[in-house]
Amino acid sequence: MLALDRVSKTYPNGVQALARFSAEIRQGEIVAIIGGSGCGKSTLLRAIAGLDRASSGTVTLDNEAIAAPHAKIGIIFQEPRLLPWLSVADNIGFGLADGPATERREKVARALERVGLAEKAQAWPRELSGGQAQRVAIARALVPQPEVLLLDEPFSALDAFTRRDLQDHLLDLWADTRPTLILVTHDVDEAVVLADRVLVMRPRPGRLFDQIEINLGRPRDRNSPLFENFKRSVLTSLDRSLDRSVPDRDATQGPGQAMWW
Amino acid sequence: MPRALAIPDQTRFLPAMISDAPVLQQTTEPAESAAAPSWLSRYARPLLGVLLPLILALGWEFLVWLGWSNGRLVPPPSRVFATIVDLARSGELVRHIAATLWRVGLGFAFGVVAGTLLGAISGYWLLARRLLDPTVQALRAIPSLAWVPLFILWLGIFETSKIALIAVGVFFPVYLGVMGAILIVDRKIVEVGRTFRLSGPAMIRRILLPAVLPAYVVSLRVGLGLGWMFVVAAELIGASEGLGYLLLDGQQLGKPAQILAAIVIFAILGKLTDWLIEIAAAPFLRWQDAFGRATGA
Repeated sequence: MLALDRVSKTYPNGVQALARFSAEIRQGEIVAIIGGSGCGKSTLLRAIAGLDRASSGTVTLDNEAIAAPHAKIGIIFQEPRLLPWLSVADNIGFGLADGPATERREKVARALERVGLAEKAQAWPRELSGGQAQRVAIARALVPQPEVLLLDEPFSALDAFTRRDLQDHLLDLWADTRPTLILVTHDVDEAVVLADRVLVMRPRPGRLFDQIEINLGRPRDRNSPLFENFKRSVLTSLDRSLDRSVPDRDATQGPGQAMWW
Repeated sequence: MPRALAIPDQTRFLPAMISDAPVLQQTTEPAESAAAPSWLSRYARPLLGVLLPLILALGWEFLVWLGWSNGRLVPPPSRVFATIVDLARSGELVRHIAATLWRVGLGFAFGVVAGTLLGAISGYWLLARRLLDPTVQALRAIPSLAWVPLFILWLGIFETSKIALIAVGVFFPVYLGVMGAILIVDRKIVEVGRTFRLSGPAMIRRILLPAVLPAYVVSLRVGLGLGWMFVVAAELIGASEGLGYLLLDGQQLGKPAQILAAIVIFAILGKLTDWLIEIAAAPFLRWQDAFGRATGA
């Protein structure tokens, strides 16, 4: 279990990006974090990844405090961030420094197959389309089999069709080993398609505002009325989070809170 | 892909719309010419670079032949060529070239190793940079020829002082190139290394050095250019062999053709060694998605 306990982050320039954010995320759960710009979503994700340290509060994974990048935690960024001097296959194998070479090659080949880019194994990153590059990034993060995979607006730079395709693909890959997914997004559709639970954050300073449990089976039909209902409730919560006249509610009371309709 | 079926119907027409567009023709054309270079690009392009010196040389040859100049102080190419042939026949030329190449090669090697190591260290570790860089920059501000008297006192008038001087000349551009390039490596790519928990040396080897390689090759070429510059300085100061000695000898004995011959050989060797670096680096830089690659520069 990933536990966030009153995580706060104040930048050296005095801006408080994150204030006492607490949440518990079960192993294998898919959580989407959504909120207006400047609500500290990315700050939170970077703290979980161990890339930035929280000013106060703790991030613990299975009772182990996270203060630096951890082997069990992988991250996918908004940009693919492939290493341009490595072939696609070498990029995917980048996190597999240990272990015998044949085993590494096998894992990479399997991952390439899995993301449908087997014929691109020896291509340079510059030869890939945006969607293909992000697939490689997903494969690179998944190959070391992390327990927690963080995604920082991973599909926001892609066109609508590619985005849908990759969302489905991500779920497909997730089903293999069922890691915990924590997805930062500003796309309500994406949050409702992917997540078991949507955490709505509120800006200045970034804090948890609401959480909405998405009780929908998979695969989810984007056109079903139920799906629309969930989307609407996330949107409503998002709107309220940006309305300064709405007081903070106690988001720790449980998911039932959001089911007011 | 079966998933595409979930997408509304209009999208099925999209591929057809795209393939109708003239854009497709535009994109295939450069790909073809890259696959099979035409006669022009294969032979004419390198020749283009020879055109200007050739015209100048032939022009001067012609003017001397016409008798418009006696060509005593600026000998025509034929006389320079004859001097080179004479030197080559006597075996002198090989001896001088070998001496100079040996000095440049050794000095370049020392300079590159030191420059790369120190450049990588002070590029990567902030503390090292704060400790080291001000001193190196201060040393760099000293005109390198100012070291000559000291090197001669310390290391003698023979090979060691010459090689040391060349190494000093090569060191600074390489050091500065490596350090500067590491400092501007994209933070986003370094973060990838951090998320995979690379150690310091692994970060340098697997992320930073490949990322700075294009800039590194440039600094090697600049360093080599300076190496050639300093070998002349070293050989002018005191040598009994080497191309620089040929220069000095030609001046003292009033043989401009010999000076020009040495200069021409410097030009050829300089260009050749520079080209060798380029050739050696090319396989490691194929990944680049750069302006120069597309234009074939």
